[in-house]
Amino acid sequence: MDVRIQLHVDGEWRALTVDTRTTLLDALRDRLGVMSAKKGCDHGQCGACTVLLDGRRATTCLALAVAYDGAEITTAQGLTNGGMPHPVSQAFLDHDGFQCGYCTPGQVCSAVGMLDEVKAGQPSYVTRDLARSVELNDEEIRERMSGNLCRCGAYVNIVAAIREVAR
Amino acid sequence: MIPFEYLRAEDAASAVAAVASRPTAAFLGAGTNLVDHMKLGVASPELLVDVSRLPFDEVEPLPGGGVRIGAAVRNSDLAADPILRSRYPAVSRALLAGASAQLRNLATTGGNLLQRTRCVYFQDVTTPCNKREPGSGCSAIDGYTRYHAILGASSACVATHPSDLAVALTALDATVVVLGVHGERQIPLADFYRLPGDDPHRDTVLEHGELIIAVDLPDLPFAARSTYRKVRDRASYAFALVSVAAALDVADGSVRDARVAFGGVAHKPWRATRAEEVLRGAPISDESFLQAAEAELAGARPLAGNEFKVPMARNTLVAVLRELAQEEAR
Repeated sequence: MDVRIQLHVDGEWRALTVDTRTTLLDALRDRLGVMSAKKGCDHGQCGACTVLLDGRRATTCLALAVAYDGAEITTAQGLTNGGMPHPVSQAFLDHDGFQCGYCTPGQVCSAVGMLDEVKAGQPSYVTRDLARSVELNDEEIRERMSGNLCRCGAYVNIVAAIREVAR
Repeated sequence: MIPFEYLRAEDAASAVAAVASRPTAAFLGAGTNLVDHMKLGVASPELLVDVSRLPFDEVEPLPGGGVRIGAAVRNSDLAADPILRSRYPAVSRALLAGASAQLRNLATTGGNLLQRTRCVYFQDVTTPCNKREPGSGCSAIDGYTRYHAILGASSACVATHPSDLAVALTALDATVVVLGVHGERQIPLADFYRLPGDDPHRDTVLEHGELIIAVDLPDLPFAARSTYRKVRDRASYAFALVSVAAALDVADGSVRDARVAFGGVAHKPWRATRAEEVLRGAPISDESFLQAAEAELAGARPLAGNEFKVPMARNTLVAVLRELAQEEAR
């Protein structure tokens, strides 16, 4: 079954026809040529396909494109700062927060979404007192970023990059 | 994945009518479990009725002091809700223990309750599984049992229920509000999930076409002293080996009342009524907590390969009760 949808991707409206079986990830990559969101496990277990979906970080491999008609999507490619890298992307560069780089766009989107969640006062599983505001220490960063796997094992530098931006 | 039709529901009644009238139709929340099953060939609906945008996205107080949680409230929003965090912290913590932040931003309350077991054999269509294909056999019983049940299992199925949220809601006496073609009904969560018996195909007592529209938490003041602890193979983003949700009402050095449920040990969230009975009136001590755990786990029947879950469940419950007993009253 084909359905006509529109997606606002990295600042631009894009119209496309998708089969109902198409995931948001496949729509981005195969139909719109937006290769920044990566396909890792394709089962919601690795976080490589993370984007900002209507402003919140979300995996796109288990989301059906047809269910997100009209959505606003920002991929790591669309996270720019007046032609310069976004501060989170820059921090990943400064701290060697990657090796092969395949998980990095998902990590960057996830980190941007995560910092907004902290700003909004959202707790995590390791937050000691749910009634108090959150202090973003390394334990909190690790827990909040646990949905993004890095098989090169750059975790220590990813935490350092995020710690710097959070300051 | 087989081709399917997609329908965005206009309202709850038409969504229910659309699914109820077609045996191969299914409701779609965020799809974080269902779409995965469709990719794996575990589920193959011919019509998806998207209910994720129905107006069930509020957490609101109920007359009488309880709270109603809309079925479409996202897991992350529910976990961060100020009422849940202060009055039912076990529910917040259970949600925060589940999945990852980018999945919690999508996943709905109703969908969380209806997610299916992560038994590897259930998810692998090349192996026999009575839950996926009734009568085909159980590959888990003599297979890899690390994540399987120690309580309430049958010779047909030893799968465990994967939801963290459901464990906390079961402990705190929540009720599921369901809409069907004949109207609304309320089902206590304790009666909502089934044990596998001879028919592990069905996880819950829901009829085809019945839609969860809300979950009600009763007024339970001592739930302010509640928590959820999850023990898993890695520190985060993994399903439970064992989990415990508990609430404790303490006065003058003894337990006045308690609510306890285990996760990761059975086909459903396991309400530990025997442990609660032992706790009521008992002095606050590790000995009482140990007796409570042992009373509940006396009926445990571990499989070859998951015997470790019995002491793990016992120790986790004791640790959680100790933590709650020491917590300052709010």
